[in-house]
Amino acid sequence: MSEIVQKVLAGDRLSLTRLLSKIEDGAPEGQQALAELFPHGGRAFLIGVTGAPGTGKSSLVNQIAYHYRHPADGGELKRVAIVAVDPSSPFSGGAVLGDRIRMNALTGDAGVFIRSMASRGSLGGLASTTAGIVQAFDAAGFEIILIETVGAGQAEVDIARLAHTTVVVEAPGLGDDVQAIKAGILEIADILVVNKADRPGIEQTERALKNMLQLAHPVRRDFTSPYLPASGEALNEALWMTPIQRTVATEGSGVLELVGLIAKHREHLSSTGDLARRERARLAAELDMLIQLGLVENWQKRLGNGQYEETLVEVVSRRISPGEAARKLIGMESK
Amino acid sequence: MNQEKIRVIVAKPGLDGHDRGAKVVARALRDAGMEVIYTGLRQTPEMIAEAALQEDVDAVGLSVLSGAHMALVPRVLELLAANGQGEVGLFLGGIIPDEDVPKLMAMGVAGVYGPGTSTIDIVQDIRNFVGQKK
Repeated sequence: MSEIVQKVLAGDRLSLTRLLSKIEDGAPEGQQALAELFPHGGRAFLIGVTGAPGTGKSSLVNQIAYHYRHPADGGELKRVAIVAVDPSSPFSGGAVLGDRIRMNALTGDAGVFIRSMASRGSLGGLASTTAGIVQAFDAAGFEIILIETVGAGQAEVDIARLAHTTVVVEAPGLGDDVQAIKAGILEIADILVVNKADRPGIEQTERALKNMLQLAHPVRRDFTSPYLPASGEALNEALWMTPIQRTVATEGSGVLELVGLIAKHREHLSSTGDLARRERARLAAELDMLIQLGLVENWQKRLGNGQYEETLVEVVSRRISPGEAARKLIGMESK
Repeated sequence: MNQEKIRVIVAKPGLDGHDRGAKVVARALRDAGMEVIYTGLRQTPEMIAEAALQEDVDAVGLSVLSGAHMALVPRVLELLAANGQGEVGLFLGGIIPDEDVPKLMAMGVAGVYGPGTSTIDIVQDIRNFVGQKK
């Protein structure tokens, strides 16, 4: 076992933070360490928090983490890691990561570790290495891992595959009741939070969400993998009914109830087969992503100098279509 | 898929509430392709050092307009070193009297920037600093 992995397992924070960078940068040492850490993981409970920009995700994450560090309900004290993702600029590749601003209440607590991440070109609301960062925290002994996505609109649903419990945060004044029946982000909620509940319009927003939940026939949320046959097994287990919780994250009201709902969902997952199924779906999704990244990386390595540019010129001048160009470029690898 | 980025914390220690300069710098570093962790106002040296550790930054940028820099800067440097991050570059901006600049540089500050500094210079200095370290 490498030295850095030993130190991370022994709780050394400097080694952990450096390892997180290596994982994020896709460095070989990071990948090696992840392989060594993987058998030590699988104990943490992963809570995803997602929602549109400005709905109060960071403040809510702050409150949830604070609760696990200062349990007001007599619950167990837990070590908490927070992974907060913000978008990278598509032009410069730079980013301003501002989620810590809302998390000042957690500073000075050795049982909390907050790490900001830039999305680095990923479009699903997380970075491509977020799953790796989460695995490192898990192996390092953090019992609760809170994952905050970039401000998500409708399609950034990767979080639902990664987290055990997905909390979708809404706020009054965003969209009408048709928004509420579209597929995507609302559909992935295990718990719906209406934050900023002290604002006008709260009744309307809550009603629209309630109607949306009532319109739907409850379904089991099984993720499909393109490489696995659909199981098709009819399960006779209880279905989870997505609850709605009002909060005011800046004051902390509703947070105790929200944490109670998270605990209830966790029980539901373990009392049904959902936990095992989600675990499998999560690892399958990660495997799929890594296969895709690896294939592209291999292909890039084998791509001749200037081939891509030459083909692009042909496409731009409309001599060949993007589809033909792609087939041509992929075909080149066998030469 | 190896993509290393320069990571920088931009923080405002102490009690003054003017963060426009810090935001301008944060934006300029972002546009230069860096990942900037913006911690906001009223940070203690302890909070800044803790964030520097958790975020594994290459540099820390402090904006001080209150005149408290001779107290705040040594404390931040001390805490960074205590955490094993003595190699992290500390860059200082704000209202810093000329006579303090040599003293601050002697303490180990990597750069001091007063009003009117071009953000291009700051970007270049941070790049050079991180480049030499790596």
